[in-house]
Amino acid sequence: MSTTMNVASEKLGMAAPMVRAAAEGMNEPRIAIRNLDFFYGSHRALKSINLEFPARQVTGMIGPSGCGKSTLLRVLNRMYDLYPGQRATGEVMLDGQNIIDPKLDLIHLRSRVGMVFQKPTPFPMSIYDNIAFGVRLHEQLSKSAMDERVEWSLSRAALWDEAKDRLNTSAMGLSGGQQQRLCIARTIAVRPEVILFDEPTSALDPISTLKIEELIDELKDDFTIAIVTHNMQQAARIADQVAFFYVGEMVEVGTATQMFTAPREKRTQEYITGRFG
Amino acid sequence: MQEETKHIVKSYDLELKRLRSLITDMGGMVEAQVGMAATAVLSKDSDAASRAMESDPKVDDMERQVEAFVIRLLALRQPVAQDLRMIVASLKMTGDLERIGDYAANVAKRSLVLQQFSLPYTLTGLSHMARLVQENLKLIIDAIGEEDAEKALLVWRSDEAIDQIYNALFRELITYMMEDPRNITPCTHLLFIAKNMERIGDHATNIAETVWYAVKGEPLTDARPKGDVSSYAVIRPGE
Repeated sequence: MSTTMNVASEKLGMAAPMVRAAAEGMNEPRIAIRNLDFFYGSHRALKSINLEFPARQVTGMIGPSGCGKSTLLRVLNRMYDLYPGQRATGEVMLDGQNIIDPKLDLIHLRSRVGMVFQKPTPFPMSIYDNIAFGVRLHEQLSKSAMDERVEWSLSRAALWDEAKDRLNTSAMGLSGGQQQRLCIARTIAVRPEVILFDEPTSALDPISTLKIEELIDELKDDFTIAIVTHNMQQAARIADQVAFFYVGEMVEVGTATQMFTAPREKRTQEYITGRFG
Repeated sequence: MQEETKHIVKSYDLELKRLRSLITDMGGMVEAQVGMAATAVLSKDSDAASRAMESDPKVDDMERQVEAFVIRLLALRQPVAQDLRMIVASLKMTGDLERIGDYAANVAKRSLVLQQFSLPYTLTGLSHMARLVQENLKLIIDAIGEEDAEKALLVWRSDEAIDQIYNALFRELITYMMEDPRNITPCTHLLFIAKNMERIGDHATNIAETVWYAVKGEPLTDARPKGDVSSYAVIRPGE
């Protein structure tokens, strides 16, 4: 997964000078968005977005409700395909492929770009099968290999110790925080490159929230992460790069430190300091 | 000064306003204290000296108030961006102001000793230096209150003039001491007084840097002209 600058630019199909991380300390981009527009029918919900997601780092997306940040997340794994009348134009490059190209294999895309939602969404089946279900769609694994994959996923999601003695019991019996970690385990079980988190802790208590944040921090060793959050302190805590969105535009992107100590744009400043409106 | 949009939470605005007024009040106290200390030396006014010394515990108390308030704001508001910069800046500025207060009290103390001596020379240089230091102090306190980075820059740049007067005084006082050993005691006190004034100027420039960062979000990094060369000065009798 590790790439040099040149390989990355080749993969992204761009000239090397164009590939530029948002700021000092950012890795080479894993996903690069160029001039992305998104429409709900005739409503233009995203306007000429240009943004790069550095590999194996966390990009936090913040902004008031309706600013387009969740829409952007939905573009990254083509969730919008499920709804008629929604369309995207522009480029979202992942490993040299434009993922908004209608010809793209969606099943394959979604194994490369996983998503974790606001509310935990375990399937009404055993803990084991919650993990194995998705893996079986993409891979034929022996029983022992599947066992290994389940253990690996649950361990990476910091749930193994709590779940190992009840793998065959229903996932619905887990607590909210455990269910969310199960959903993360399920997402990483298919070994994606990118994980999208859509307000993953807004339904959780503070301790479960911190566990998820710690988990995200560990997961970035292997995965490129994008997270939409309404909690600005959370973005400050876990994101390497933060992008601020406002009414469909990306107003500013920078390192978390820069964004929360000295944002360049007045609108960013007013939003993060609680002066909006 | 840039017109600020208000916070959605009104009490936060009120708290930040209160923090600013604590700092400017403290600045005002320190400014008056330095003024009294200067009067004590230049006009041999022991009443002014007492008042300058008595102000010191009040200034220290203000510093503790600011510190406690800053800690409370950091804990309860989790400030970011310009609010964070302003709050952290307040903590730094209150430390600088407290030091300025200490120097002023020390000047006042030494002025009482100085009164026991009849000086064979005028205090024109010191008077000039005291005036520049007070002007800078006034300007920087205005800059804090108005969040005016340009005023802060003015203070930052004008410290060199103070340093130059200090260097001249240093040489002058050493010359007096060499001329007549009876001058050593008053001149040593005067030298410390001048050094204290020079240090007050330095703390004003520290505050200038802090104001600049709080307002602009970037450090003031140009190499500031350093004028105090007395640390390297060597004066040998008979040369």
